[in-house]
Amino acid sequence: MSVIGHFKPFNFELTAMDFKDKLLSSYIAMEDYLEYNSPIHDIRNKAIKIFEEKGFPSKKEESWKYTSLNSILKPDYSIFSNKDRNVNLESVRRYFLHEIDTYKIVFIDGVYSSFLSETTHDSVDVCLLSSALNKSKYKPVIEAYFNKTAKSDGLTALNTAFTREGAYIHIPAHKEVRKPIEIINFSTGNEDAIFLQPRNLIVVGENSHVQIIERHQSLSDNKVLTNVVTEIFAEKRAYVDYYKIQNDKQTASLIDNTYISQERESIAHVHTFAFGGNVVRNNLNFFQKGERCDSTMKGITILGDKQHTDHNTLVHHTAPNCESHQDYKGLYAGNSTGVFNGKIVVDKIAQKIDAFQQNNNILIDDKATINTKPQLEIFADDVKCSHGCTIGQFDEEALFYLRSRGIGLKEARALLMYAFANTVLESVKIPEVKKRINMLIAKKIGVNLGFEL
Amino acid sequence: MLKIKNLYAGIDGKDILQGVNLTVNPGEVHAIMGPNGSGKSTLASVIAGKEDYEVTEGEILFKDENISELDPEERAHKGIFLSFQYPVEIPGVSVTNFIKTAINESRKAQQLEEMPASQMLKLIKEKADMLEIDRKFLSRYLNEGFSGGEKKRNEIFQMAMLDPKLAILDETDSGLDIDALKVVANGVNKIRNEENAIVIITHYQRLLDYIIPDFVHVLMNGRIVKSGGKELAHELEAKGYDWIKEKQL
Repeated sequence: MSVIGHFKPFNFELTAMDFKDKLLSSYIAMEDYLEYNSPIHDIRNKAIKIFEEKGFPSKKEESWKYTSLNSILKPDYSIFSNKDRNVNLESVRRYFLHEIDTYKIVFIDGVYSSFLSETTHDSVDVCLLSSALNKSKYKPVIEAYFNKTAKSDGLTALNTAFTREGAYIHIPAHKEVRKPIEIINFSTGNEDAIFLQPRNLIVVGENSHVQIIERHQSLSDNKVLTNVVTEIFAEKRAYVDYYKIQNDKQTASLIDNTYISQERESIAHVHTFAFGGNVVRNNLNFFQKGERCDSTMKGITILGDKQHTDHNTLVHHTAPNCESHQDYKGLYAGNSTGVFNGKIVVDKIAQKIDAFQQNNNILIDDKATINTKPQLEIFADDVKCSHGCTIGQFDEEALFYLRSRGIGLKEARALLMYAFANTVLESVKIPEVKKRINMLIAKKIGVNLGFEL
Repeated sequence: MLKIKNLYAGIDGKDILQGVNLTVNPGEVHAIMGPNGSGKSTLASVIAGKEDYEVTEGEILFKDENISELDPEERAHKGIFLSFQYPVEIPGVSVTNFIKTAINESRKAQQLEEMPASQMLKLIKEKADMLEIDRKFLSRYLNEGFSGGEKKRNEIFQMAMLDPKLAILDETDSGLDIDALKVVANGVNKIRNEENAIVIITHYQRLLDYIIPDFVHVLMNGRIVKSGGKELAHELEAKGYDWIKEKQL
């Protein structure tokens, strides 16, 4: 290319403020296309006002102290993509749990792909939020649940205002969904940079059971920023088993806002496997509304290079006799940064709570960082609350044991790292997910285990 | 095979071993007995290369090579094996994955290819059967939640898999009931041959009824104060250690 005639724009990069302005104008443009007489139009309008007022969070806010969004708000993101979105099944097959039969709700650049999906309306609804928003038969569910548990921070409000597409899962009472549901969001790289805002609504009726796997995957090295909101309602005695597999490219960033509202005797487990991405922020919020709820959140974080992952958890106990368990483990190499901020709030009425929180970390390299901060706000007087965090080295006895069996120091350390992370997998209830994650951990750490026959 | 000459070693500047001399030849079984705190486990750890201990004088020769400065894994690659008194629990790694890693790391050190999976699995089956180990046990996390007997049986299983030249069994009999003791002893007897040697460290003579030693040594205050044949073990069992102590003074 000749130098003459090659004009660079003066400024490739935008600021967070520019991006905000762009979003606000896009909202006005989008309003023209909105569904007629939509039950959520008022919610959208309120939400965009909240976003206009609050904007993107900055490091000045206590809960964003260790995570800056500045760098990931700079690219000139496309907010709506109209380009061709074909993907080849073979090239994306490995992102599916193809060993077993699953329901699949798949989006490509934010748009539903019927070709890759397998939805159902057979006794349970596993389909699209867009159709649920447009069809009158879903109106009661939308009115009862949509945006009812999501907080009104800037990022969630932004997603709410732009709600277009996502997974809609409604399990009526006393139903066991007969296979796991995969929610997968692909981005093709057809745009130089794309901003995606999936919105998922999951309602699990009384005494029902569901397993869900969520994944965001970029298929190119173009920049992706995802701001996803997932609302989950677990009715009385419901059982929700949820897995987040975050192993995206380092050009993709993710802000995951998940809100789980639990009625009495419900059980909700969320596993977050944070291995990939550039900047990843997980806002995982549990609200226990009835007695004898169980909320479990577990995480394995393995990062390298300049990756940054922030786990911000909240468990709000508003009813007595409930439990919550948090177990997050992290391995940090290179210049990577981890953040764990676990907040537990126990209301005065919520007596006899058993809240457990543990965050163990290993820093593999000198330049890796972990910030870990438990936050307990307890207003009840008869509760069991424990928390602990470690930033550790390797157990010398264990190292000697391995070395005495001929395993060199480097490999012995790797094996101990693998062991450290692997114990979190015990509570994974889908064997194929367990196997996949186990292999991912081994690959990340560089140990060669198992037998290929 | 193993020659220990005037070995002084200790921890935090305090000598625990104070001039140990010991020679072990291929095909031999040696028992090292002694009261608590005499330095038996220290001797085992020093031979295996535990870095907490410092050798201040003397040398350890293995096949005529001074190994005092070698890393634990290098000693293992040369054929030294230590059965731990307290095997470490490693939740997250299965017994099978652990032994696979150990064997392939040792092979790598000898510039050998990794053992093919089929051969490895066959070997695992053979050795597990020999030690009457339930197959389910192999997929459990290493030593986690194992009973005392299971831990020791697992140590001997590793020994059988790694086929060392010199095996040091540190208090392998502690915590074993009579049935487990027989299984372990039986396993050791099947592994022993004219090419390898075994050093049994024990407080009691019990295990020596099943693994008959060629030599028995008494370690006291960091030195071998008496050596003899297998009948010495019976004498110690009958009389305790005090009579030797008195003779020493």
